[in-house]
Amino acid sequence: MAAPGAPLRTLRALLRELRHAAGRSYRDSPAYRHVLAAFRAHRVTSEKLCRAQQELHFQAATYLCLLRSVREHEALHREYHGRGERSPQEVAGLVGFRLPQQPGGKG
Amino acid sequence: MSSVAMWRGCRRLWWAHSLPARLPRPPPARSGSGPVGLCGRRAYAPPTERKRFYQNVSISQGEGGFEINLDHRKLKTPQAKLFTVPSEALAIAVATEWDSQKDTIKFYTMHLTTLCNTALDNPTQRNKTQLIRAAVKFLETDTVCYRVEEPPALAELQKNEWDPVIAWAEQRYNVTIGSSTSILGPNIPASTKETFVSHLASYNMWALQGIEFVITQLKSLILSMSLIDRHITVEKAVLLSRLEEEYQIRRWGNVEWAHDYDLCELRARTAAGTLFVHLCSESSSVKHKLLQD
Repeated sequence: MAAPGAPLRTLRALLRELRHAAGRSYRDSPAYRHVLAAFRAHRVTSEKLCRAQQELHFQAATYLCLLRSVREHEALHREYHGRGERSPQEVAGLVGFRLPQQPGGKG
Repeated sequence: MSSVAMWRGCRRLWWAHSLPARLPRPPPARSGSGPVGLCGRRAYAPPTERKRFYQNVSISQGEGGFEINLDHRKLKTPQAKLFTVPSEALAIAVATEWDSQKDTIKFYTMHLTTLCNTALDNPTQRNKTQLIRAAVKFLETDTVCYRVEEPPALAELQKNEWDPVIAWAEQRYNVTIGSSTSILGPNIPASTKETFVSHLASYNMWALQGIEFVITQLKSLILSMSLIDRHITVEKAVLLSRLEEEYQIRRWGNVEWAHDYDLCELRARTAAGTLFVHLCSESSSVKHKLLQD
């Protein structure tokens, strides 16, 4: 079974994700144009149950899930896991010390 | 003055230890005008982040398939082979991945690129039979076949959610699978394994790499097949794979930096694998019908 929800919603969400991913010139990006062209090509059909349309919708939903989860994963990583180590100044500051200033350099 | 000497010694220790994390090393001199490799570092250097060194990403068609160009340089795999993909849609998706990197290149977010590299390089050097055997071997320890007996709420949940998927697989492939609560797992008849082996043999090598990847992520052959046959969506497949964790989350609460993190990562990988399989095993053609009025 194809992904639930109307294809239009999937398309709009997918284009929004591509906008986040690409940046300034998202409308000229190959992905944007390819997605729009694919959806336009599969829009007109005389059959009641078009398998190719369902396949395209499923692929679009999968790609949308990929883009969205990559973005969320990166945001979570940045917030919780990306801070790295503390500098010596910060570590000293944790217990209320300050590192000594050597007037002649490290010696 | 001994305390000052101790400080100095300690600082040097800290400095040397924290240096790689804070100051990025400049990229090695090899990234000049020639083709770019992904692993241009020495083997023992700590992993620093590579800055985005290209402005434009574009696609071109070569003899073997579609290639990715970063500015004017062609993308290569970690084993320095030329990066070619058979499908244009896949090439566009990979180009979008490279284009969406800002400032630094985060390889752990570029799942499609990783999959293509694996398919091109085949670093574990497995042939088709070995891949299929590894995939079908997962059936013996398939997640949806392993049931608990207590707590009863979880057992009920497993029955309600996993039984339909098994029933669908049994009906679609005309096999017997069943489920079990014992530690040894279900008894899978040899005919079932043969059916899956012959079904998987119909996919090409690239698609098989993708299928094996999805199976490894979801820890279930049945869920992967139902995903690839478009019976369920990626979100639903991931939910079913993590059923026990979801049950515990509902009971004890959600920890964002662990649960959501794992959930997003699993969704990303599964979606990438599924998309990879579909894009590698399809051939689309547009038939224009004449309008009859």
